[in-house]
Amino acid sequence: MADIKQLQDFATQVRRDILRMVHAVSSGHPGGSLGATDFVTALYQEIMEHNATNFNMEANGEDVFFLSNGHISPMWYSVLAHSGYFAVSELATFRKLNSRLQGHPTTAEGLEGIRMASGSLGQGLSVALGVALAKKLEGDKHLVYTLHGDGELDEGQIWEAALYAGAKKIDNIIATVDYNKQQIDGSIEHVMDLGDLGAKWRAFGWQVMEMQGNDMADILKVMAEAKAATGKGKPIAILMHTEMGAGVDFMEGTHQWHGKAPNDDQLATALAQLPETLGDY
Amino acid sequence: MKKFTYTDINDTRSGFGAGLLEAGKKNKNVVAMCADLIGSLKMDAFKDEFPERFFQVGISEANMIGMAGGLATAGKIPVTGTFANFSTARVLDQVRQTVAYSNKNVKICASHAGLTLGEDGATHQTMEDISMMKNLPNMVVINPCDYNQTKAATEAIMEYEGPVYLRFGRPKVPNFTPADQEFKIGEALMLNEGADVSIFATGHMVWKAIEAGEILAEKGIDVEIINIHTIKPMDKEAVLKSAAKTGCVVTAEEHLRNGGLGDNIAQILALNNPLPMEMVAVDDKFGESGTPDELMTKYGLDAKDIVAAVERVIARK
Repeated sequence: MADIKQLQDFATQVRRDILRMVHAVSSGHPGGSLGATDFVTALYQEIMEHNATNFNMEANGEDVFFLSNGHISPMWYSVLAHSGYFAVSELATFRKLNSRLQGHPTTAEGLEGIRMASGSLGQGLSVALGVALAKKLEGDKHLVYTLHGDGELDEGQIWEAALYAGAKKIDNIIATVDYNKQQIDGSIEHVMDLGDLGAKWRAFGWQVMEMQGNDMADILKVMAEAKAATGKGKPIAILMHTEMGAGVDFMEGTHQWHGKAPNDDQLATALAQLPETLGDY
Repeated sequence: MKKFTYTDINDTRSGFGAGLLEAGKKNKNVVAMCADLIGSLKMDAFKDEFPERFFQVGISEANMIGMAGGLATAGKIPVTGTFANFSTARVLDQVRQTVAYSNKNVKICASHAGLTLGEDGATHQTMEDISMMKNLPNMVVINPCDYNQTKAATEAIMEYEGPVYLRFGRPKVPNFTPADQEFKIGEALMLNEGADVSIFATGHMVWKAIEAGEILAEKGIDVEIINIHTIKPMDKEAVLKSAAKTGCVVTAEEHLRNGGLGDNIAQILALNNPLPMEMVAVDDKFGESGTPDELMTKYGLDAKDIVAAVERVIARK
């Protein structure tokens, strides 16, 4: 079992990075990034078998992660950098001209750890299925992980992919929905009510689990259960309950910080709640 | 005018099916996907030979393109098969982000392009697809002219690393190019050398250009006919060399005038060597139901339309 405190400290540093990155360019998506930080930290630091120092685009012989809701890129970039994919100092270039750290992730700049552009929503589950099929063809037992926004589930392609995975029994994939119940124009309930989301995935042939996505112990427990449930004829969907803006009190539980960067005072207030743990970039 | 003969009448989509089977035999990384049109795309032979490498995705084109991006990421050479309209307009943003921008080794193979799809009408006929695909950075766009060339092109694109849009069609047309041809992406093919006019044709219009050349020869007009099977990258040198020799140009394509082959040639000429030019293409219209032959006549894509365009352009020299 992982050292929970160590994972939490890692996540705290990622949250500091997110805030400093979006503040520096007065743009980006801090709310969703903060909410998904604990999960992606756990994936890269504990759950996945992956090779950070010798990046392999094809991901042969390793687990692989796709971020379908690419707008929470600062979180992913920070996790990748602190996991050893590229220099932490490069985080300072986020969203700036000539940077490899584009506003939304891309393969076009050769950034280690990124295997597919994302940003235009709804496409990542299909991509993940393609990799999952390739792994089956190659007899590679490693798993494919994805993260999706709950708002992203408005996109029809998600449900095309969900239908395929259920019908064709793609059981080497674990898709996680960041169920913070907020999207950019307001609450999910207000913008496009998802109804009984678990029932929807189950109806498409998926095994559904629920997880507290801002509770590191629960993440490790549920992800272990999810891993154990793979290879049994069903794809796995995890409804991950999170708070948008988690870790910064004034950003929590609202869509207001979905696509807005903090000003100088707000940054100072936020950073005061998040001690430096691994060293700032 | 050289004498052109053909061995048989066959559809370019069957050339694709035959090429796909050969490519599958040569390279185990070739995998194929289809959105519920296996028979129409002539993918049965590949599916029967390599069932484990064939994926039926149902009527879910967006998911198919996304999965192809994933398969390519993992080192496979995925071939997607559906009609041209559903390979492009239906999934343009998926192709843009997951294939072109991410620069994945995906082969988008599109049948039933153009008016010659026929009776299904304008919902299924696309004359905008070349425009959409050529405007995507990283995308190669190929539109072969007959069965043999489509088969050769299908095998050739598997040897090329990167996104490709391969466009072919439904009707049986004269199969006149050599069965053993080597297909070189981006290399224009000289079919007939001539002195009076350069005809640049693509896809089904190549044979119509040959028919037009025969009619024009009887009128004493010596045409140069060049098969532009690759719209992008365009063989600019071949275009400029021929145009400089003949002094005027006609383009012929089963596509809208906006955004097709003629657009590219006009750009090359305007920037390098402005010369009289005429375009045989469809002018900002959707198609309709009818037989392929009826439609080609009604929309101005017959040999006689190429003949008229040649006469107009020569008068402007």
